[in-house]
Amino acid sequence: MARIRLQDVRKSYAGQEVIHGITIDIANGEFVVIVGPSGCGKSTLLRMVAGLEEITSGTVTIGDRVVNTLEPRERDVAMVFQNYALYPHMSVRQNMAYGLKIARLPKAEIDQRVARAAEILELQPYLDRKPRALSGGQRQRVAMGRALVREPAAFLLDEPLSNLDAKLRVQMRLQIRDLHLRTGQTTLYVTHDQVEAMTLADRLIVMEKGVAQQIATPHEVYSAPATEVVAGFIGSPAMNIFDARGEAGSILLPGGHRVTIAPRSVSGAVRLGLRPEDVEIRTAPGNTVPIVLRSVEWLGADAFGYGVIENSDTPVTLRLTGSTRAARGDRLHAALPADRLHFFSPRDGRRVPA
Amino acid sequence: MAAGRLARTMAHFWMILGALIVAFPIYYVFIASTHSVQTILRPPLPLLPGPEAAANYGEAFSGGVARIGGVSVWRLLGNTTLIALGIAIGKIVISMASAYAIVFFRFPLRMACFWLIFVTLMLPVEVRIQPTYKVMVDLGLIDTYGGLILPLIASATATLLFRQFFMTIPDELLEAARVDGAGPWRFFKDILWPLSLTNVAAIFVIQFIYGWTQYLWPLLVTNSNEMNTIVIALRKMISFADADTPWNLVMVTSVLAILPPILVVVLMQRWFVKGLVETEK
Repeated sequence: MARIRLQDVRKSYAGQEVIHGITIDIANGEFVVIVGPSGCGKSTLLRMVAGLEEITSGTVTIGDRVVNTLEPRERDVAMVFQNYALYPHMSVRQNMAYGLKIARLPKAEIDQRVARAAEILELQPYLDRKPRALSGGQRQRVAMGRALVREPAAFLLDEPLSNLDAKLRVQMRLQIRDLHLRTGQTTLYVTHDQVEAMTLADRLIVMEKGVAQQIATPHEVYSAPATEVVAGFIGSPAMNIFDARGEAGSILLPGGHRVTIAPRSVSGAVRLGLRPEDVEIRTAPGNTVPIVLRSVEWLGADAFGYGVIENSDTPVTLRLTGSTRAARGDRLHAALPADRLHFFSPRDGRRVPA
Repeated sequence: MAAGRLARTMAHFWMILGALIVAFPIYYVFIASTHSVQTILRPPLPLLPGPEAAANYGEAFSGGVARIGGVSVWRLLGNTTLIALGIAIGKIVISMASAYAIVFFRFPLRMACFWLIFVTLMLPVEVRIQPTYKVMVDLGLIDTYGGLILPLIASATATLLFRQFFMTIPDELLEAARVDGAGPWRFFKDILWPLSLTNVAAIFVIQFIYGWTQYLWPLLVTNSNEMNTIVIALRKMISFADADTPWNLVMVTSVLAILPPILVVVLMQRWFVKGLVETEK
């Protein structure tokens, strides 16, 4: 177990910078999730911590050691790969023991650690099988076990659940969370799935185009996204974001609608963000925005309405209750709770305090 | 299903016919090895084994071949086995090492090295035989096993095959091994080698037979009968005058020359079919 510190870590390929300086101090035992759309550099960042990619500049510290130039094996980390990367010719037992064998641990110690990991992951019946005789979920558990037995300073997981079907993914997600609570292992976890990110993380690094847009707890990221990109990426369905104009205590929306947002106040052109679940539907107008529904998706407990602000093309998503009778063509009165509005700068997308 | 059965019968017919055509000369060699020289020289040659089998084989092993070629059949078989094994194993070692370097390491002129190896594919042994001979003379390797084996163990084909196979190994497997603490040597020994076994078996078979049937190079690089391979000895046993040639012994030697490669194919085939079924990437 150890803390991990990244200090202005950068990565360039052939002069092209792809990671633009990431700084984070990960506490001992913390579970940090790097989340972002594909191609944002999240896997590259993880692989730099693992030692599989060279660090162009900055420093990576694991425990008390700067590990920049160390080989993966010298960094005392264990990694779980997206496609598991199990050794196909070795049994489950051999797969898990391989790292320990190389580390020249005594046989008894190896056996004991493998047995314990197998017990935690419920792999005992499969110890002598080859990976090809296992299901996807079992292979995934073997990959976890291979990392677990090492008892490393840090766990690195690169999209470990993305090759599983939806049901198994939920199951394994809970199991990973549970495992982390039991072992208290410092963990760095890469995913593009925001549900995984929100449910697993103590803290999130939301990345986009090689930049850490926000490093914060899931709650902070959700309730106060630092940039428009984060606001659009976290939350499902995505936050409504559109151009608006602030004028002393009120705000002018597309379609010429004006609502008061006092006591908050912004001035000039802003990007206004409002989550579908924060919109309140009123039965009568009054400081509301008329929304014309174009379609309704009914999901059981919830329903989502997709419409536009009246007299404009600005699309808006609304969360409705499961008992809604709203249908295509309806005109709804949407109130925008002032304390739930997010404002972003139209220039750089940063959050504007208001 | 009448049409299907007819098609299958036809298919079998052609396959059996093909097999007979391919196998017949070999069968004929065997038949000839069981007849006396007189019978062989008086056409037509019988199609069934004759009564001289024991006598012919007995004579071949008890010095008959040595009397003609100057060296015993055991020595010939031993030489040839040694050379074929040397060539097959040498080729596998060299080509695996070079393919490993080319695929898994980044070094200056990596691609240049690859193309250099690749280009030698286009130069058959015969083209570079004179310079090779000169090098062997200078190194004093004429009439030695080294001289017979070394020039033949560089193999662009095998290097290329191993390269193609190594490139199918997922990067993550290498990375997982690196994180597990395996250095280049351990990765090769513990992971790459076991996964390559089926390929090694296939290449071993091909190269063993290549080595076993070498003719031109052993002919050039050996002077003493002691260093002859069985193929060379066969050639030396045949005189220009038909009647002077002990055809019965030539045929026995031919059978002996064919048997080890067949043995290798049959044994290795069983083994690499097993390997094919068991491994999965």
